[in-house]
Amino acid sequence: MADHRFQPETLAIHAGQIPDAATGARALPIYQTTSFVFDSADHAASLFNLQTFGNVYSRLSNPTVAALEERVAALEGGRAGLASASGMAAEAITLMTLLQQGDHVVAAGALYGGSVSMLAVNLAKLGIETSFVDAASPDAFAAAMRPNTRAVFAESLGNPSLHVLDIRAIAEVAHAHGVPLIVDNTVPSPFLCNPIELGADIVVHSATKYLAGHGTTLGGVLVESGKFPWDNGKFPGMTDPSPGYHGVKFYETFGDFGFTMRARMETLRVYGAALSPMNAWQILQGVETLPVRMERHCRNALALAQYLREHPRVSWVNYPGLPDHAQHELLARQMRRVDGVPGASGLLAFGVKSSSGDAEGGKRAGARFIEGAQFMSHLANIGDTRTLIIHPASTTHRQLDDAQQLAAGVLPDMVRISVGLEHIDDILWDVDQALAGANA
Amino acid sequence: MTDPTSTSISTLRRILRECRTVAVVGLSPEWHRPSYFAAKYLQEHGYRIIPVNPRACEILGERCYASLLEIPEPVDMVDVFRRTADVLPIAQQAVQIKARCLWQQIGVLNLEADKLVRAAGLDSVMDRCVKIEHARIFGGLHWAGVNTRVISAQRPH
Repeated sequence: MADHRFQPETLAIHAGQIPDAATGARALPIYQTTSFVFDSADHAASLFNLQTFGNVYSRLSNPTVAALEERVAALEGGRAGLASASGMAAEAITLMTLLQQGDHVVAAGALYGGSVSMLAVNLAKLGIETSFVDAASPDAFAAAMRPNTRAVFAESLGNPSLHVLDIRAIAEVAHAHGVPLIVDNTVPSPFLCNPIELGADIVVHSATKYLAGHGTTLGGVLVESGKFPWDNGKFPGMTDPSPGYHGVKFYETFGDFGFTMRARMETLRVYGAALSPMNAWQILQGVETLPVRMERHCRNALALAQYLREHPRVSWVNYPGLPDHAQHELLARQMRRVDGVPGASGLLAFGVKSSSGDAEGGKRAGARFIEGAQFMSHLANIGDTRTLIIHPASTTHRQLDDAQQLAAGVLPDMVRISVGLEHIDDILWDVDQALAGANA
Repeated sequence: MTDPTSTSISTLRRILRECRTVAVVGLSPEWHRPSYFAAKYLQEHGYRIIPVNPRACEILGERCYASLLEIPEPVDMVDVFRRTADVLPIAQQAVQIKARCLWQQIGVLNLEADKLVRAAGLDSVMDRCVKIEHARIFGGLHWAGVNTRVISAQRPH
């Protein structure tokens, strides 16, 4: 009999955690310990040689953290996962495992600002160059590929651009050049989109956002598909004896989870951005309800987008869940359906109308909208139970001039909303009353 | 067509419980080779390992034999660390010595050998690592963040 295939609603609760072997505890115990005893000198040697699986030190692995790693890997349909202290750490661990001095990356242009900084500043400092290209154009990705390109990086649903990535097309470009496609899947969450199914090789998450969902805890996870042919000649670090881990050949020894093992033993172990067991546990409390929360986020965001589009004080709305959005068809091909329509997650952006109609007026109206909100929180996070609002032109992107802001996809009047789980009528009420004050 | 490598968790669990003596064909004496990793792991988990390698005398404290046919005691599982093209004669010998299971390691996928041993009533597993599957089902692999696909309300045992 073949193994039963479990649905995400079940995986979100069960994957990665069976009752505790020692105590029978049904809920996940928090193994708040730095270290684990060895049974014998030989057992210790086997663990260090990676000949047996086990826990040594919580910077490398921890049973509570492992439950989160396996659960996200299962939800993504991947082979293995590795958790880290934040989403940025997951991205850094992925790229630093994969790349070395002289390598080149092709990345989507409108990425989350932190990712742009990592690629354009931090990795550039280490001699790794990145070409940023139009995320909407597979041809632009193909044209930017070089002989020394070793990774393609993009977001499944852009933040804050809300651009939908054609994952299949970009994966084809990457694979034609023998390099992996890394997809940041934070905004849709694995409930709405599984990039690996569409051809991505590695998925990274800020688990701080929808996975945790409660806005209390930082964390990140990377997931490996298990399908990338690391022995294609471009990744000697995967096939040659590891100088960082006494001669282990990661791909030969661990096969389809060789990348995750290498990321764990060479990168996480050395740079140390490990997730604490307590934070893994907090995030897992959120993951258990991910499917029901995402459905509500999608429902509320779509209702708000439709409401804003008809609102006399709103100049434009960007939400790929709207049927006439330019990328709606692509969204429909890649996202799970919620209430019979493609789920587009909980992020949307819109423009606040101003009396003057110019950029200065738009900037002022956007800022005043934020100040007028009653329960919508003005802060720089997404994926919380609470509705969150931000005016990028006067906050996250204020150091840029108007032209630079435009290039980053930030319009003067643009407000980004991470639509929460409050009652939709109350969200519409708060938005409406804040709009009334914004262009008064 | 069903994937010939997709042996179910319940079948793997039965095989790994029933087979206690494992002849490891192509076991390397070098500690960093995958075959050594796997055999050492099995030893540590209570399995009797019998190395089959004509170029070694003793590996992991066990006497080495040049072929399966020379092993003077019953063998439950034949675990193959050889190229796919070399598996068929090993499969024939596995049937001859009345093994219960032919296990072809990751990357080893001889369909003819699979057919032959199945026809003789043996279990057959292909393109899988015995160490990884054991750790997946009986615990351990989970700690490496691997998606074990084990969903259960039972304590591991």
